[in-house]
Amino acid sequence: MRTPPILFIAWAHVTNRVRQTLIGVIGVATGVGFTIMISGVMEGSQRQFVGTLVDALPHITITDERLSVALQPAEQVYGAAQRSSFTATDKRPGISNSNLLMGSLRNWLPGAIAPAVKVTAMINSGSARFGITVTGIDPRQEELVSKLAKQIVSGELYGLSRGSNAVLLGQTLATKIGARVGSTVTITPGTGSPISAPVAGIYRSGVREVDERKVYSLMRTAQMMAGQTDLVNEMRIQLDDAFHAREIADRIAGQIGYRAIPWQEANADLLSSLKVQEKIMNVIMAAMMLASTFAIYSIISTITNEKRNDIAIMKSLGMKEYFVQAIFITEAVMIAIVGIPVGWLLGYLLCYATTYIKYSNPITEGVMAIAPYYSITHYIVVGMITLGCCLLSAFLPSRKASHVHPVDIIRGAS
Amino acid sequence: MATIVNGIDLTVNKGEFLAITGPSGSGKSSLLYLIGLLDAPTEGEIFICGQPTSAMSDSERSDMRLSKLGFVFQFHFLLPEFSALENVLLPMRTLGELSETEMREKGTKLLTSLGLGDQVSRKPSQLSGGQRQRVAIARALANDPAIIVADEPTGNLDTVSTNQVFEIMREVANSGRTVIVVTHDVGLAARADRRVNVVDGKIAGIFVNDAAKKVPVAEPQ
Repeated sequence: MRTPPILFIAWAHVTNRVRQTLIGVIGVATGVGFTIMISGVMEGSQRQFVGTLVDALPHITITDERLSVALQPAEQVYGAAQRSSFTATDKRPGISNSNLLMGSLRNWLPGAIAPAVKVTAMINSGSARFGITVTGIDPRQEELVSKLAKQIVSGELYGLSRGSNAVLLGQTLATKIGARVGSTVTITPGTGSPISAPVAGIYRSGVREVDERKVYSLMRTAQMMAGQTDLVNEMRIQLDDAFHAREIADRIAGQIGYRAIPWQEANADLLSSLKVQEKIMNVIMAAMMLASTFAIYSIISTITNEKRNDIAIMKSLGMKEYFVQAIFITEAVMIAIVGIPVGWLLGYLLCYATTYIKYSNPITEGVMAIAPYYSITHYIVVGMITLGCCLLSAFLPSRKASHVHPVDIIRGAS
Repeated sequence: MATIVNGIDLTVNKGEFLAITGPSGSGKSSLLYLIGLLDAPTEGEIFICGQPTSAMSDSERSDMRLSKLGFVFQFHFLLPEFSALENVLLPMRTLGELSETEMREKGTKLLTSLGLGDQVSRKPSQLSGGQRQRVAIARALANDPAIIVADEPTGNLDTVSTNQVFEIMREVANSGRTVIVVTHDVGLAARADRRVNVVDGKIAGIFVNDAAKKVPVAEPQ
């Protein structure tokens, strides 16, 4: 079989300039390898972080905040009514007919729903005093909507049912106030008298904000603190797929008229900082790709400059301009074809190496290992972009080379 | 824009060995590059094998160079990465008419006929000046061109190699191909069938080598 002349000449050029070719391959491989490492580490850390957030909080929280003000009886009769001299009440409105609403949502909701009572309060143990949110739950239903049972580091979830007014504290809060399982803390609700609450367990969600401020109790304890029997002011939803929370929250809000907050909205500030981080990383990756592009550009420029005599003679022999250009573009492709898989391997090894790096996470307050995300998409996308960059970087010098006028060179050499 | 050659009217016959001579800067190489379609005239017409070429596109001129013309330059211009044989195969690969085996057979045969049968796999850096120039001639002959154009092919060679190269050119012409050589060496030019003397871009004289008798057929203008 006859070897195509473009391939033949390109192969001869790259194999006869081993050092230059090697530099080109290393340039491409480094660009690809580090880009893959950065994308793997970045996506891995984001997934790890989002996973912690998703585990720590309900996927959707329905609050007792109505989306529109309910029509007043007078308005129903007269069409318009003047409202005046309202007296503000300390009582939370709560979610009306919560059991009925939960029943209607359970018909279609891809996940589980549980009621909760949320009350703001102060906690003190000795001289320490901190603002907290007491969330009253039903332990049996809570197991369906959160990973609280698994997050308990001492005591147990069902310990709430055993003692009167028992509570679960986050690990950070427990450390701050010096509480442990079995000790008693004093909780003072916003409206009402202080109550003594034995600590039935300590949990660790991994999110500092939660572990520092959230205290769990039975629903009736929270209702007692709120001074409203049967109050339900929050419904907590765990979805089969947390990433559909936004659409489902919208649908719930449309159906029941209460505000439904998906976990993304509840953590918008944290997620927006992730987006900033993602943008910075994209810039770094683009710079790396640019570096490998320059490596190819430099090599092809050097080769074409060195090969001006060859180009002149090839053209005088009858080779056309596109043919000459194709030779040098083929050389860039050859370098890329070797450099990209080497870069893939390098990227994989670098990703693996990062798993040995431990860091202290300020949000989760723990020492964590970097967990890169291995995705075939990273490899394909980075490989394709690099190949494109190589083609582009070879295009200009090769086009310039193809315009060489043989007579100029031949006369110069004579 | 300076006029390099002007008013040239020259017909070179099939199988003729024509030498172009003249002082440095007289335009003899420019004339050769015009004939070889490496340059295009601003006016006038060049016919190759009876075909007008001035209206041809770059691509058509490249095709014509590839199939009808063979070039030999003062500097051999062999591609240093390739062996002698691969250099000879280059025009054949570009033309793409022969199989790999046919090309290799033909290339080896050409090199052998030029006394380089044992040098086929050597790189240009491993060959002497005369050998390199013979490889360049073999490359020029690779696609069986009708015309060989050579610009000072012996300019860098010693006497022995110079004689060898001229002998080869003579044989090529005897085989029915047209050979047009630019040379400074009037003694060597005298061994051609005709010698055209170019001065200031014009033909100053045409001399037929008829039993060493130089007959001016055109008066200097």
